[in-house]
Amino acid sequence: MIEDNPKLTASLLYLDDVQVTFDGYRALRGLSLVLAPGEMRAIIGPNGAGKTTMMDVITGKTRPDVGEVYFEGRHNLTMLDEAAIATLGVGRKFQKPTVFENHTVDDNILLAAKAPRSVRATLGARQTAESKRTVERILERIRLTEVRDWQAGSLSHGQKQWLEIGMLLAQDPKLLLVDEPVAGMTDAETAATAVLLKEIAREHSVVVVEHDMAFVRELDVKVTVLHEGAVLAEGSLDQVSADERVVEVYLGR
Amino acid sequence: MSRSLDVAGWLFVAVMAAAAVLVPYAVLGTPETSAAHMPVYLVQLLGKYLCYAILALALDLVWGYCGILSLGHGAFFALGGYAMGMYLMRQIGARGVYANPVLPDFMVFLNWKALPVAWWGFNWFPYALLMIVLIPGLLALAFGWFAFRSRVTGVYLSIITQAMTFALYKEFFRNDFGFGGNNGLTDFKDILGFSLQSDAVKAGLFSISAVALILCYVVARAIVGSKYGKSLIAVRDSESRMRFLGYRVEYIKLFAFVVSAIMAGIGGALYVPQVGIINPSEFAPGTSIEIAIWVAVGGRGTLVGAAIGAIVINFAKTYFTGALPEYWLFALGAVFIGVTLFFPTGIMGVLSRIKFRRTPPQVATGAAT
Repeated sequence: MIEDNPKLTASLLYLDDVQVTFDGYRALRGLSLVLAPGEMRAIIGPNGAGKTTMMDVITGKTRPDVGEVYFEGRHNLTMLDEAAIATLGVGRKFQKPTVFENHTVDDNILLAAKAPRSVRATLGARQTAESKRTVERILERIRLTEVRDWQAGSLSHGQKQWLEIGMLLAQDPKLLLVDEPVAGMTDAETAATAVLLKEIAREHSVVVVEHDMAFVRELDVKVTVLHEGAVLAEGSLDQVSADERVVEVYLGR
Repeated sequence: MSRSLDVAGWLFVAVMAAAAVLVPYAVLGTPETSAAHMPVYLVQLLGKYLCYAILALALDLVWGYCGILSLGHGAFFALGGYAMGMYLMRQIGARGVYANPVLPDFMVFLNWKALPVAWWGFNWFPYALLMIVLIPGLLALAFGWFAFRSRVTGVYLSIITQAMTFALYKEFFRNDFGFGGNNGLTDFKDILGFSLQSDAVKAGLFSISAVALILCYVVARAIVGSKYGKSLIAVRDSESRMRFLGYRVEYIKLFAFVVSAIMAGIGGALYVPQVGIINPSEFAPGTSIEIAIWVAVGGRGTLVGAAIGAIVINFAKTYFTGALPEYWLFALGAVFIGVTLFFPTGIMGVLSRIKFRRTPPQVATGAAT
């Protein structure tokens, strides 16, 4: 009975004992994680720790073999597909920047913006003054106003990453899953991205998966360390980096 | 690219509208000795090309804009054609060889006593019109529903569309299936009481085809120009991203697929009275593959290009199959390979590049689609 479980209803995202196996390889081995509403969380872990699989499970791309995944304490995400989960308010940014290369920056934001998604609604959609303002505001925030008429495919790598974050903002989800947002970015871009993400975290719950320790330190949030498909440690970055098991996993092999 | 497409689009509509008016005049209103006179056989030929252009436009809507390479669009074209053919068959009435007022000749020949249920109502033109739209549309709806929901994409989807048209091909070949078997439907006499042999009707059918092509173009253009059209392109370029944005990709595809099938059916329905026959060869897998070549040659994702490609290739086909019949398929293959390798954007791509060269400042904003 979920309704009776205060822990469940209070949490935005609740994963309990999630297990995923691909062709005999156990990608997730009993992963449990609870995210409070409004929280920002960094997930770190070596390659193969199950970070991306975890995102796949939350967004409906992969169905877990075992375990519970609840959103807002009510929605059983294991029963829903990608589009339904996205509609509930879960947004995702991929590791490799995934924007619509043949569309302009403007149109990318427009497609992502919160609006009815049905065929009928999009066939008759007119851009309202309000949605125009929203697009302006987001372009401003991700600093792409000057290139708004460019095709997204002609943006630099860092700009694409930002555009994708902008698309997430336009989608205005309750929970943002961000996979390695600063991979391939310059130091300056990385620092700017940290500022941007912290800004976003004021209004949204965010889960950031990242390898870059300097970046995680800059975020200054609670950290969850994954290892071999389960949680190894949880706490502030200083706490977890003092944990011997974490040190061993990262450095000791 | 989009601005030059607008120009090309208006030009195309203008040319088609002019043809719809001038061609009947050239056939009917000028003496045979006049330089402006157009022989009737040419009108029929051009009318046939226009029907192919509608078909190519239909395929471009799903292939060029949504990445669905259907290699079964010939089936939708043929189904629209059969629906029209059935109406024309019923119009023959007692004028057939066996003079049966209800049963078409082939049924009398097969010793059938009653009209099969599938043929009921086809003596009534509005019903036939409804079926021209409904049958290809419903087949596309059912087929697309299963294919897109199961997330069949890419080459696998192309293969099952081939299987679909091949299955229909086999089925329509059977006499027992009730649609004339191998011979198909032919010997048509008149349409809505007008003789199909008269020059005026032939010219009229050409004009109607030109108007239908314009309408299909305008509808397709409105679709791809809407926000839905943007979502269509987005699905083509990154289907999973669209899912994670909350779009129901299967419905986006389904809508375009059904609209496209209906357009193909309309093309087929206009084709049949102009060529005077419909038989199972229209369902042949190779026929459907040829449509994709027309679109590729004309330029995918341009609409106008698809129509131009259909007209150009079929003109070449008419010429080649007359002059050098053995070499036509080689020529077609060579054109397809050549276009794929050297002009991946097709005729429209080449044309727009020429245009850009004249006005260099546009190049920066108009990078290829």
